[in-house]
Amino acid sequence: MDKKILCAPFSDETIRSLKTGDMVYISGTVYTARDEAHRRLCEMIRRGEPMPFDIEGQAVYYAGPAPAKPGKPIGSVGPTTGGRMDAYSPSLIARGLKVMIGKGTRSAQVVDAMKQYTGVYFAAIGGAAALMAKCVESAEVIAFEELGTEAVRRLTVKELPVVVAIDCRGNDVYKLAREIYEQSI
Amino acid sequence: MTRKISASAITLLVEQLCIEACCVLAGDINNKLKSCLQTETSPLGKEILGTLIENARVAREESSPMCQDTGMTVVFVRMGQNVQVTGGFIEDAINQGVRQGYEKGYLRKSVVKDPLHRENTRDNTPAVIHYEIVPGDVFHITVSPKGFGSENKSALKMLTPSEGVEGVKRFVLETVSAAGGNPCPPIIVGVGIGGTMERAAYLSKKALLRPLDTQNPDSALAALEAELLSEINKMGIGPAGFGGTTTALGVNILTYATHIAGLPVSVNIGCHATRHAEGSL
Repeated sequence: MDKKILCAPFSDETIRSLKTGDMVYISGTVYTARDEAHRRLCEMIRRGEPMPFDIEGQAVYYAGPAPAKPGKPIGSVGPTTGGRMDAYSPSLIARGLKVMIGKGTRSAQVVDAMKQYTGVYFAAIGGAAALMAKCVESAEVIAFEELGTEAVRRLTVKELPVVVAIDCRGNDVYKLAREIYEQSI
Repeated sequence: MTRKISASAITLLVEQLCIEACCVLAGDINNKLKSCLQTETSPLGKEILGTLIENARVAREESSPMCQDTGMTVVFVRMGQNVQVTGGFIEDAINQGVRQGYEKGYLRKSVVKDPLHRENTRDNTPAVIHYEIVPGDVFHITVSPKGFGSENKSALKMLTPSEGVEGVKRFVLETVSAAGGNPCPPIIVGVGIGGTMERAAYLSKKALLRPLDTQNPDSALAALEAELLSEINKMGIGPAGFGGTTTALGVNILTYATHIAGLPVSVNIGCHATRHAEGSL
């Protein structure tokens, strides 16, 4: 079966075609942001200030990379737990964020926003961070440099493997898969 | 008879162990992941396990960290009472080793100075250090960088003695079930039973260090470990939480004497890497 490769900007039609459990590949632009960056971005939205990047149709990867070795664009860069961004994601989704990449499940409020605005949540493979680094062609800090690893970075990625963890209909792989494989104790 | 050990030698050892722990997966864990690849029934689960094994190979070859979360550095020092550290304070020497290791190894600096103000210390210090004094003149260090995806899913409960072993099992299983896919399964589960609150917690972290290809020397505890492992692997959480039959690689239990009115139980969850490296001077 051919690899399904997706790039920003992500259309609603593309997002609706994704089903929970599908493995797809992301190429092109992805922005990294974690807890503090999300807090600041939401604060900017609340105050009506311009954002450091146009979020419409874009993807955010919850990642704080290890330092890059000389000659490499980035260090090991796997996903961090998405649930910590639950308080912030609905605002960003309402502003046009289409794709979130993290690991672990999300709250009902995030899922509601995804359903309302057609968003998708992918899981990258936690702990496969050395391999993820190989998918990154370039990395540039574009905001909050003082946060170090937690700065917002614009990455150019090539075929970053991700699994549809929660689709735009709210189907959650963590719940569904566990039901399939659970044996009675 | 005093054996002198220099602070600078301790620093160098800790520096090397930090890098090794972050970049080289322990042999017993690597072997266990490979054998689980054969037994896992979920196709996506098999793929995840294969990716994790490949990631470990790439990390070792390139001397890159397996995970970007190179953790808060936990250090276990087993020191003979006849050892004298010279040329500096042992705690400073250890922290200097962490500082150097995390810089030279291109490891992420993930420690904040104060839990409420949260300013990054930029050098991954201070480490969390556990000292054990033993007879003789051994000097042994284990460095165990602890990532917080797994650490955040750990828990401790003060059971009542009447809850007994069934209460212990229930708490371990509840904790693992609630953790779901967040700690990057397949996990290793460290269980500390007894002592005081903080002793149980310490035991549960120390328990994570026991190699997966060794048995608990206490046969009743070994049986309890096997039972818990079997129950956990029936939960269906699977590799990365995407479903499957490999949710845990092992369950390790350590116990200590406790109070007549108490039954503390601590569950420390380690991810599929549960990184550690050790060495002696």
